[in-house]
Amino acid sequence: MLIDRIEAQKNPTKHTLVAIVENKPGVLTRVASLMRRRNFNIESLAVGTTEDPSISRMTIVIDASKTNAALVERNLYKLVNVIDVQDLTDVPSVVRELALIKVRISDAQHRGEIKQIADMFQSRVVDVAKDSCIIEVTGEEQKVDSMLRVLEDYGILEVVRTGRIAMARG
Amino acid sequence: MKLTGAQIIWESLLQQGVEVVFGYPGGAILPTYDALVDYQDRIRHVLVRHEENAAFAADAYFRATGKVGVCMATSGPGALNLVTGLANAMMDSSAVVAITGQGASHLVGTDAFQETDVTGVTLPITKHNYLVMNVEELPQVLAEAFYIARTGRPGPVLVDICKDVQQKMTDYEPITEVKLRGYRAVKPMGKQNLPLLLQRAKELIDNARRPIILAGQGIKHANAHEEFREFVEKSGIPVATTLLGIGVLSEDHPLNLRMMGMHGEAYVNMAIANADLLIALGMRFDDRVTGNLKTYAKNARVIHVDIDPAEINKNVPADVGIVGNLKDVLRQLTPMIEKRSYPAWLEQINEWRADTQAHDIMQVEFPDHTLLAPHVMRMIWEETNGECTVCTDVGQHQMWETQYFLHKRKNQLITSGGLGAMGFGVPAAVGAKLGRPQDEVWAIVGDGGFQMSIPELATIVQEKLDIKIAVINNNYLGMVRQWQELMHNKRYSAVEMWTPDFVKLAEAYGICGLRARTRSEAREAIRIAREHEGPVLIEFQVEKETNVFPMVQPGKSLNEMTRRPIIQPAALGGGMDFLK
Repeated sequence: MLIDRIEAQKNPTKHTLVAIVENKPGVLTRVASLMRRRNFNIESLAVGTTEDPSISRMTIVIDASKTNAALVERNLYKLVNVIDVQDLTDVPSVVRELALIKVRISDAQHRGEIKQIADMFQSRVVDVAKDSCIIEVTGEEQKVDSMLRVLEDYGILEVVRTGRIAMARG
Repeated sequence: MKLTGAQIIWESLLQQGVEVVFGYPGGAILPTYDALVDYQDRIRHVLVRHEENAAFAADAYFRATGKVGVCMATSGPGALNLVTGLANAMMDSSAVVAITGQGASHLVGTDAFQETDVTGVTLPITKHNYLVMNVEELPQVLAEAFYIARTGRPGPVLVDICKDVQQKMTDYEPITEVKLRGYRAVKPMGKQNLPLLLQRAKELIDNARRPIILAGQGIKHANAHEEFREFVEKSGIPVATTLLGIGVLSEDHPLNLRMMGMHGEAYVNMAIANADLLIALGMRFDDRVTGNLKTYAKNARVIHVDIDPAEINKNVPADVGIVGNLKDVLRQLTPMIEKRSYPAWLEQINEWRADTQAHDIMQVEFPDHTLLAPHVMRMIWEETNGECTVCTDVGQHQMWETQYFLHKRKNQLITSGGLGAMGFGVPAAVGAKLGRPQDEVWAIVGDGGFQMSIPELATIVQEKLDIKIAVINNNYLGMVRQWQELMHNKRYSAVEMWTPDFVKLAEAYGICGLRARTRSEAREAIRIAREHEGPVLIEFQVEKETNVFPMVQPGKSLNEMTRRPIIQPAALGGGMDFLK
């Protein structure tokens, strides 16, 4: 999608690395320990299973203004449990993040407004309570960021973000 | 064949060709030590007096033989004591396999007696590590551990084995093939266009007028000495070595300028600072080698060859970076380059060298009672014809050894480089002597480091190891004192050291002990030590406050060395102030 490439250009210091790793105990610790001991600064790290149960996939976002992304890539590559590392920064790819946002509802009118905002961001209200609701939003970080800015006025009670996951296109 | 986990450990070690294990028993490794009784005719177990020394000895054994060093310890405190030795092996790229016992698998995570998360503790200081909770996976894990330790850039691998795994039986078949999805010995990032990179390297070499080769330990690991010498001689390019690269080319070779860096001779650092091309082979631009990176070899292009992709562009950006085994790379590169010589460049270097020689302490005729550590180094070198294996500790004596002992062979000097771990020298000599029983082995240590490893004298006696120990005693932590003198306005803090009577100490262990206070006593003591069959300890009481020069102080550029003062004979007799 064009928007992804525009986002990448807007944000040239964000590097997205994907590490294909063996699904073994302690692999996440190995990656996290590497980041700490090499003094690499990571923005987010998302881990999950893949189509192959013996393999997990990590998406790591690095702020390249603080950390040499190529060095991160090479050090990851050295780990015995890491099968492959891809830098998706300059590769056309689909980049997504999921966030859950709990917003305060102080009067009934707000409930309608929040529903409208959720629709505009193509997101969903997944829980409604007397004085709050939870919105589920999926997209690039910028989309989540702008939604958070819009909802700020209503009072944000809680936020959780998954961190970026990415996959090369084609 | 049904075997217990403990038997599988020893069978696997035998299959890997292991002849010596350095270790210390304890509760969680008991089943393995029980099984050792049936294997001790085929594997020699050396009982150290502290686990740290098992790891140091295994590291030195690897450097002396090229074979994986093995150390063994129990869980908790035993395994934790290995830590410094494993970090040393990691920093200096030594192939070591550490086998540690762990509590029974059902107790893991319960804070059981002597339980420590050893794989967690050693994660950043091992190339890889394993916790084995099923006996079925033990043979494969051990085979992988040895494979990972010795291939690629060598390093330590720790295998933590639960006690019940050592006791349980399983079918054992020797593992002949190791399959690791994410590991290859040489693993460049992506696709490396080697012919193109070699062509670029050749062009840089062709166009260079003041090139210099920076030779590191990677040449030893690739076993590429011959290829390296051919490259040097055909290219005609002078060589500077790192501390661990000492011996990749004989130090009397006319193109070997010798060690570079913080305490390298001035002419070597001047050559690097003025070079227009650095050819870095199997070295990693450590901060002790480069000094201030901002001003390091400002006008030089850089060719960097290393087996570890993460070393390229880490500290010094490379114009041509090649990930590969140096034997393969040099075999391809040498035929591509022209046979050349650099008379003007070498003449310039020789001018600097002459200036260095004018500063040489050996040029000064001191009175006999002046015994300096450099004198001891030079005398050991002279008396042994420069043929012995030397294991040093860390500190001033270590740097003086590199300056005043000329090494001919690879790993003739075994020393703790990257980690700078005091207490390495004596256990390293234990490992080196077991690896090279025919060699004359000297441990050259300071009074500080030696007091960290005194217990190993018992190991030396028990194992009947003919090791000569030279204790360079200045009653100071000399290198720390030097830094305090030069960088902290001589505010000495916790560096003055009382030492025991080392001669009586040696005698308490049944070791021949000698003391030397003057140069003639020193030479005599070395001669007696060499004639004596069995271990000897010589205490050399040297001048207390002398400094290692030249010195590139931290943050300074390579060409901003604090030089060795030129000593005028007239200054003699006026105390030792001129050496400070």
